[in-house]
Amino acid sequence: MQIFRNRMMLPIIFVMPLAQLLILAYAVTYEIKHIDLYLCDIDNTVISREFTGHFKHSPFYNIKDQGRNISKGMDELRQGKVHQMIVILPGFEKALEQGQPAKVQVVNDAINSSAAALMNAYTFSIIQHYNRSKIEPLFITRGAPAQVNLEYSYWFNPELNYKTFMVPGILVLLVTLIGMFLAGMNVVREKEIGTIEQINVTPLSKIQFIAGKLIPFWIIGLLELAFGLGFARIIFNIPILGNIPLIFLVASIYLLVVTGIGLFISTLVNTQQQSMFISWFILVIFILLSGLFTPIESMPQWAKVLTFFNPIAHFIEIMRLVMLKGAGLKHILQPFGILLLYAVVILSLAIKKYRKTT
Amino acid sequence: MKRFVIKEFLHIFRDIRTMVILFGMPVVQVFLFGFAITTDIKDAWISVVDPSHDQVTLAIQDKLFASGYFREAEMSSSPAGIEEQFRYGKIKMVVVFESGFGKKLGRGEQPSVQLIADASDPNTARLLVNYASGIINDYTTSLNPNTPALPLVLQESRMLYNPSLKSVFMFVPGIITILLMLVSAMMTSISIAREKETGTMEVLLVSPLKPHQIIIGKVMPYVLLSFINAVIILIMSYFVFNVPMQGNLILLLVETILFIILALSLGIFISTVSNNQQTAMMLSMFALMLPTILLSGFIFPIENMPEVLQWLSVLMPPRWFIVIIKSIMLKGSGLFYFWKETLILMGMTAVFIMGSILKFKVRLA
Repeated sequence: MQIFRNRMMLPIIFVMPLAQLLILAYAVTYEIKHIDLYLCDIDNTVISREFTGHFKHSPFYNIKDQGRNISKGMDELRQGKVHQMIVILPGFEKALEQGQPAKVQVVNDAINSSAAALMNAYTFSIIQHYNRSKIEPLFITRGAPAQVNLEYSYWFNPELNYKTFMVPGILVLLVTLIGMFLAGMNVVREKEIGTIEQINVTPLSKIQFIAGKLIPFWIIGLLELAFGLGFARIIFNIPILGNIPLIFLVASIYLLVVTGIGLFISTLVNTQQQSMFISWFILVIFILLSGLFTPIESMPQWAKVLTFFNPIAHFIEIMRLVMLKGAGLKHILQPFGILLLYAVVILSLAIKKYRKTT
Repeated sequence: MKRFVIKEFLHIFRDIRTMVILFGMPVVQVFLFGFAITTDIKDAWISVVDPSHDQVTLAIQDKLFASGYFREAEMSSSPAGIEEQFRYGKIKMVVVFESGFGKKLGRGEQPSVQLIADASDPNTARLLVNYASGIINDYTTSLNPNTPALPLVLQESRMLYNPSLKSVFMFVPGIITILLMLVSAMMTSISIAREKETGTMEVLLVSPLKPHQIIIGKVMPYVLLSFINAVIILIMSYFVFNVPMQGNLILLLVETILFIILALSLGIFISTVSNNQQTAMMLSMFALMLPTILLSGFIFPIENMPEVLQWLSVLMPPRWFIVIIKSIMLKGSGLFYFWKETLILMGMTAVFIMGSILKFKVRLA
């Protein structure tokens, strides 16, 4: 009840997270929309112009500027005006006409390494496409070399929509924020303000007291999740292939873990400021290592070991498996089991540490 | 006045826990970003379905697993089981060879190999397919050593400013920014709000100190702390991760101080509009932290975001500062390249200071 008395908190609890879900889902993407290109065609022949035409006509490339001056292109890269420069040196047409390979320089702004890799790959595929169209006729006369027919298919997310991947993770994030922060802060606030003394005098037992504090947040957390899921389905069209009650079952346990952590932290500190900082600190580390943004498999061994202790990582994995692939209980036994264990341990710890007298 | 500043300093240092976090956090973050966070692929679990089991398919598998990108996982042999396998979450891709692969290749036919990727993580899936295709194609091309030269266009790629494509280069500027925002804005806002809340603000106002002296006194320790923190991060990145420091160090430090002042004025502004600590904290956090991380171009490039969000990010001070840091550190550019951003930062600072002074006066009256 007390929560609702703080009027300002209400919009924060409900509106903010949803707003963030929206923003996050749209902002977070490794995909590239377009490449700003500087075309430096020094050869300037019929064939080189035909080649660059492929880039001009591609909706993906935005020819910001072109010319025959390499240093101008480098300057534009430095200023951040273009992402990539393609340089065609003189002799391009000549080499190709003689049946020899010709080189093309592709200069990428690699400050953002993943974007640079993607840009490079896109340009590569356009060049491959061009090559194939030129080479294929030759095979009829010369005979094709041994080749493999390479096919690929993408399951569960054929359009490679990054949002589909991120939204379950973001939902986890939201639920976590509610659990850890609010619960922890709440108790500390009482400590600060001194209303704790009043409650300590009442005949409530430790456990009843803690339960009373945690339950509202637990409920709010589940509500948030429900809202979030609705949003995800309706606005983002994220598939929910799996069993929804299963999701809520796991979420309930997860919330116990998370509010438990929040509570535990609050037993260690005396001010709201400290509680917030410590929670923030731990949260950031957990989030970074959770596989939300970057894959856990690519992390060094020590980081993978730490993952075991990271509830966020487990819940994210479960959410992705259940929502996107329709996994059932048997598939998620391992992470689920870990969460259960975690919940028991952390809550016991928190209860033990919490003394009725401060 | 001096005694006031010293008192504020002691106040902070006495709070051990906060100190640990203030200094520990950036170090941990740089550490994590430097070593653990990477968008690259390493040791991805994949399975192979190989009915042919001949020289060619085995050679291809050898190459795949020697690359460092992939590790082999056991799998059931029927294709129907693939969906189930993906559901367990361990296997990310399955490579399916046709039967009689080597023979068909030798006869000049085109045997097929299928790459089935779990695209619930689209980025990884794309990279896995790319890498695997590259390896397989390279191998089959190497089987034909006697092909005469073809008039192919060959691509030579250069990666500017970051030749080994280390993602830490991109993150360090962002970490510095976040940290400065955090310490400066949040802590000042909370500290001032706390005084308001506990009523000690009135006491201060009655003292012979003028209002602006009070504010400066409160703010000084945090300026120093933030600055030291920023320097620590820079030192760590330079020596531990080899993040380049191409440009002018003095210029960088000056811009850093500018940003610190900006963040502080923002913090003060927030404290003038909040009535208690909790509000100040919530405001700082939601209004500052999360958007900063997401919309400032720290991890995710701004230009790939929808229009609306791009406009929003214009309002974020960190966005501009990140551009400046990257220019100086990674590209070695001089002031000429980012005078616009610098002006914007100065303008924002002025706005926040004005706003704070106005609000402050209103409160007093």
